[in-house]
Amino acid sequence: MRRVVVTGLGMVSPLGGNVETTWKNIIASRSGAATITRFDASEYKCRIACEVKPADHEYGYDAGLDVDHKIQRQVDPFIVYGISAASQALRDAGLDNMSEEERLRAGCSIGSGIGGLPGIESESLVLANRGPGRVSPHFVHGRLINLISGQVSIKYGLMGPNHAVVTACSTGAHSIGDAARMIALDDADVMLAGGAESAICPIGIAGFAQARALSTAFDDSPEKASRPYDVNRDGFVMGEGAGVVVLEEYERAKARGAKIYAEVVGYGLSGDAYHVTAPHPEGNGAYRSMEMALKKSGLGLGDIDYVNAHGTSTPLGDELELGAVKRLFGDHLGTMSMSSTKSAIGHLLGGAGAVESIFCILALRDQIVPPTLNLDEPSESCKGVDLVPHVAKERKVRAVLNNSFGFGGTNASLIMKAV
Amino acid sequence: MSETADRVKKIVVEHLGVEAEKVTEDASFIDDLGADSLDIVELVMAFEEEFGVEIPDDAAEKIATVKDAIDYIDSKQ
Repeated sequence: MRRVVVTGLGMVSPLGGNVETTWKNIIASRSGAATITRFDASEYKCRIACEVKPADHEYGYDAGLDVDHKIQRQVDPFIVYGISAASQALRDAGLDNMSEEERLRAGCSIGSGIGGLPGIESESLVLANRGPGRVSPHFVHGRLINLISGQVSIKYGLMGPNHAVVTACSTGAHSIGDAARMIALDDADVMLAGGAESAICPIGIAGFAQARALSTAFDDSPEKASRPYDVNRDGFVMGEGAGVVVLEEYERAKARGAKIYAEVVGYGLSGDAYHVTAPHPEGNGAYRSMEMALKKSGLGLGDIDYVNAHGTSTPLGDELELGAVKRLFGDHLGTMSMSSTKSAIGHLLGGAGAVESIFCILALRDQIVPPTLNLDEPSESCKGVDLVPHVAKERKVRAVLNNSFGFGGTNASLIMKAV
Repeated sequence: MSETADRVKKIVVEHLGVEAEKVTEDASFIDDLGADSLDIVELVMAFEEEFGVEIPDDAAEKIATVKDAIDYIDSKQ
């Protein structure tokens, strides 16, 4: 099988409009959570979220840098974020100006968990209040999940595989794993892979709150709400944004002297076959997903120095993932660090696995692991696990594991290592 | 410039994200202003909204330039 490496990174997050700003804020233990500004949420059970900040904010996002004004108007924000992150990643890799021959072998695998929910909501209201003749002609292709991959392929002329994963909150990780396999199996030489989400709208917040998934106990202190593994955690905080990586066949990357961040060595996938929203009570799906990724990687448990956990800050989910990690790592638990960056940027749903894989890559690059914020009082089961409470930690990082699990009982794990 | 022309041009600039100077009366939506057929559907909806007129599909299909739009709207007001 051909080897696959990461040669470019791009990101839009609640803590920055690009990779480096976000990472600096993550390492500085900043939180992107605040009271919702997109709509008046004062009557909602959950009134907080990790929104992407406007361009004039200290760590805001400027859509105009990479996305045409016309496209910004016509499509949902998740697509705009995705185009931005993909553009950043291509530039970072030095591949924004490929020849036609190269572009025939370059593709996209950028998905989303939910897609254009804000636009579906607002156009439904147009339909109900003003009739079918007022619905936007851009309604459909401005909301479809595969339209990040579609828009990006058009913008950069990428004629290879055009794919989009939809696996709820494991979308980002599956997207990278699937794209890596396309390169390994010789379907393409270069793939833009990742995920995006923007569902901070009335129906999105109301829906997840009704599913009892969101934190509601910290509406008056938003920065305290996302607290994975803490005894007082009570649900996730919704985030938004996008993460995209450039994956490239190793020999090609080496030959052109590309900056190589990491090699994708392991990819595991599994299904819980248990419940639509609750994880398997023994964390079996999570365990099998990690185990498969490890087996594929050829690494030993002692080689994994950092785990970026799914760790959403829900009472049940955190406990079960922790249990599965403890069961898998066994005697090697003491030498690795594990943290949840959702404590800082919230849960990016379909974007989470991609953004968090990028944090894993940066941990490899900078030999520092990001913190789990608000871990004031770890639950009993955290004993013996270094969850990197409150502050980032410099340490040796040779290989990293990212976990992402989604509604429907879908699990994905990625292992990457330094080249 | 007529009041209709001003308002039409403002809508075109906003919807297509083009510079105001490019929106001359002779400009073709597709050839000069980068619109596609769906952009024109959206523009026509915006004109209907702004001017309180109805532009049926067969009339909309004949609107190719900025001047075509201005003339049609003026003829209905």
